[in-house]
Amino acid sequence: MSVSIPIGPQHPALKEPVNLTVTLDGEKIVDIDMRLGYNHRGIEKGSESRNYIQNIYLTERICGICNVAHTTTFCQGVEELLGLEVPKRGLFIRTLLCELNRIHSHLLWLGVAGHEIGFDTLFMYSWRDREIVMDLIEIVSGNRVNIAINAIGGVRRDVSDDMRAQILQGISQLEARSQYYLDVASTEVTFLRRTEGVGKLPKEKAIELCAVGPFARASGVEYDVRKDDPFAAYPYLDFKVRTSDRCDVLGTAIVRALEIVESCKMCRQVIEELPAGEIKAKAPRKVPPGEVVSKTEAPRGELIHYIRSNGTDRPERLKVRAPTLANIPSVLYSLRGGYIADIPIVFAAIDPCMACMDRVILLDTDHGKTKRVMTWEELRQHGMEWYADRKG
Amino acid sequence: MTRIGSMFPEIWKHLFKKRATVLYPFERLNVPKDLRGKPILDEQKCSLKCKGACAIDCPAKAIVMEKVEEKGSRPVFLLDRCTFCGQCSESCPFGAIKLSEEFELAQYDRKSLVSKQW
Repeated sequence: MSVSIPIGPQHPALKEPVNLTVTLDGEKIVDIDMRLGYNHRGIEKGSESRNYIQNIYLTERICGICNVAHTTTFCQGVEELLGLEVPKRGLFIRTLLCELNRIHSHLLWLGVAGHEIGFDTLFMYSWRDREIVMDLIEIVSGNRVNIAINAIGGVRRDVSDDMRAQILQGISQLEARSQYYLDVASTEVTFLRRTEGVGKLPKEKAIELCAVGPFARASGVEYDVRKDDPFAAYPYLDFKVRTSDRCDVLGTAIVRALEIVESCKMCRQVIEELPAGEIKAKAPRKVPPGEVVSKTEAPRGELIHYIRSNGTDRPERLKVRAPTLANIPSVLYSLRGGYIADIPIVFAAIDPCMACMDRVILLDTDHGKTKRVMTWEELRQHGMEWYADRKG
Repeated sequence: MTRIGSMFPEIWKHLFKKRATVLYPFERLNVPKDLRGKPILDEQKCSLKCKGACAIDCPAKAIVMEKVEEKGSRPVFLLDRCTFCGQCSESCPFGAIKLSEEFELAQYDRKSLVSKQW
């Protein structure tokens, strides 16, 4: 006999609201379904009433953790529409911040993963070491979290020689620490027992379900936007795409730890090869009509922004496809057949970010109380009446 | 090779080290030189003829232009809305706005967060 239980949208095990309906047979998960849209903030609509400069900061606030990825994608798209060439130094600084952001995101994930499986020592120590990279970000950009380095046409702040020395020192510390965490993740029994063979996602399935980012790379899919469709300064850098053929949660942990090491190397390359020159090209305020799809590799995977401009200083449409959304079908697949106690860690393996992902609210008009669909004009009329009633 | 308690040596080592956190507000960390804190207006540089490039570009709508005796207008910063992105200092054609290192801006009253610096 199977039992169906709802988890969420508000639940102590979840950091952000999402609703899971789990069908169980004993402790085994027979089927799992997900309902999204509890964290919808109307960012896409909001972007239509702001100019391109304001939109950089709006897209930055889609996600706090991968904010550089969002602004890079947006700025890149607008630069493409403008036909603007970004100075090489600007691209290098952008890449540096992208990589520092990735290190911070992966260290944060490692801590969260440790916490989900009850290994809080790992959580505390990896978050302490995350402070090193947070300090570096603060030195370069002036803020710990919302980096705001990107501008249309380049970057806003330059990296001085003093900063370069500090970054190099911080990077070597981080490199040693990430090697240590890689060692802990691959030898510690308590970690291995909880992650080995958990949340299996075979390579064929990962390709079929379009998994992205470290989650796909842990299943042996060698796909990385930085390599396959290079942006910013990635074509100038020498790096490897780290994959694992373990196809489980341990694989994602190993891939992420290796990616931190790789990112440290990339940061060092950027600092050493930083070209001289301008950091920003002058960008006009109005963008000619056109549409563009811009993509980058966010810490969680491939991030896509679609921008349509209409010749004014505001975009006509902005669409964001965050990596978490792309990973939802594959994480549901890997949850099936597992144990209920593994839900938190398997779900955490994709590094879920509901705030990134929730771009729409789906209204169930068949089962809900309201069944009316309004046109724009009706909605306007309704709004005016609604306010008139309440004004008295 | 797998082992149990692989983080124990690390933990032992840290028992004799300085703690990683500071007891704020009794101890304070040094903030970096270019921290994006409270915006400061340089009255000398701010032109009265300017229509408010800072207010147009402010993503949080935290800058309000206020009239100065029919001569023109100057910005007022609403620090309760400010996200400290620093776009105002970027957009100002005269370089009149700088973000300071002051970050402890909490107040009991929202009205005292209106920063009129002229």
